[in-house]
Amino acid sequence: MTFEQTLMRLDEIAVALDRDDVPLERALALFEEGIAKLREASSELATAEGKVKTLVEEAEGVFEVRE
Amino acid sequence: MLAPGESPDSAISVLELNEAAKAIIEGAIQRLWVKGEISNFTKHRNGHWYFSLKDASAQLPCVIWSRDVRRLPTAPTEGMTVMARGQLTVYPAQGKMQFMIDALEAEGEGLWKKAFDETKARLTKDGLTDPSRKRRLPRFPRTVAVITSPDGAALRDIIAVVRRRHPGVSVVVIPAAVQGETAPDSLVWALDRLSRWVAGSVSDSPMVSEAARALVPDLLIIGRGGGSREDLWAFNDERVARAIAACPIPTISAVGHETDVTIADLVADLRAATPSVAAESAVPVLVEVQQMLRNVAGMLTDALEDQVAHGARELRQRADGLAMRAGRVVERRRARVQQLAGRIEALSPVAVLARGFSVARGADGGTLGRRAAFTIGDTFDLLLHDGRVRARTESVHDDAPHLRETP
Repeated sequence: MTFEQTLMRLDEIAVALDRDDVPLERALALFEEGIAKLREASSELATAEGKVKTLVEEAEGVFEVRE
Repeated sequence: MLAPGESPDSAISVLELNEAAKAIIEGAIQRLWVKGEISNFTKHRNGHWYFSLKDASAQLPCVIWSRDVRRLPTAPTEGMTVMARGQLTVYPAQGKMQFMIDALEAEGEGLWKKAFDETKARLTKDGLTDPSRKRRLPRFPRTVAVITSPDGAALRDIIAVVRRRHPGVSVVVIPAAVQGETAPDSLVWALDRLSRWVAGSVSDSPMVSEAARALVPDLLIIGRGGGSREDLWAFNDERVARAIAACPIPTISAVGHETDVTIADLVADLRAATPSVAAESAVPVLVEVQQMLRNVAGMLTDALEDQVAHGARELRQRADGLAMRAGRVVERRRARVQQLAGRIEALSPVAVLARGFSVARGADGGTLGRRAAFTIGDTFDLLLHDGRVRARTESVHDDAPHLRETP
């Protein structure tokens, strides 16, 4: 799941949790899923280390990235 | 001995004369700019352009060789006023004066504007400038591809902005020439490489290294810093525009200064005024993303608390409802009991007596309900609803009149 998809899922969860007719048990499950997704997203933000590379086509269709 | 051409005997050839005229004209008149109107314009199939420059009372045959044609944005139109730079010469084979043009400019924005409008019209006809084609940019790209000159200010600016906003985002440069005659081909080739790299990564081709696959980009910034109209011209090239339109990932064009709109801007998914602005549009600010995540966490917690409170409220309501219903059941039972009690009372002998009947009871307390229970001379009690009467049997008859009920 991409970061964006994770955030979209979080939006869905927030909307579902806001509904009046969601059973409490379901609300708890949604909340737990939401917290797990948040943790996932935060850790991705924390660990990603941006690189600057140059694309090199070493031979027809053979791609590599270099400093 | 006479000088060449001084007498019939020393007559020179036509070619010799034309060559002499050519040398004299080229030597006497240096390369210069001439202004006139385009007339009788024709494109030869070998790529050269032939036409005349004319004004009210004179005209001049002109040629632009194909190698110079390539540098022009488009062909001039008939009657267009142009400034042409060239060398006046003589074409010896025809003895004809000819102006060899190597640079051509129309008055005002003329030729460039015409080329721009023509290219735009062709792209529009194919739907490539349609706003509905524009793709949404990913909000959180992990890698941004940049097609630009590897040593231009544009690349430095983009990297600096990305670093500052979000150090977790990677930049992959696909180098290309961004000005000069080779720029359009170079840009098209860079876009082609990008497309094949993305396609190879998506299809898990073993030709794409693991590192290259890990950095497959989410969007493209293509552009360069500001420059003259000629410097920016590659971004008005139709093939470049078509390659941008065909790019498999969303594109941001970032060409030059804020005021220069290029053909590339028209087909890109987003037009940024400068490369720095492109980087700002492409990459979110990390601390803002982190804040957003915290907000989402707060929202989830609040929503759950609301749900729990709501659940508790529901529970209480149900309990109250239950108690109320139980109360109503008891009430109904009580009413029913009272009703039954009423009926039972109605059936009791006391109630019958209240209606005017009486019961005879013997000395032993037994009810005297039949004629045979009475013995003449015996006493018995007559029970009434409000008391008792001691009575004696005088006589017993079997012909008693029917009792008439009295209310």
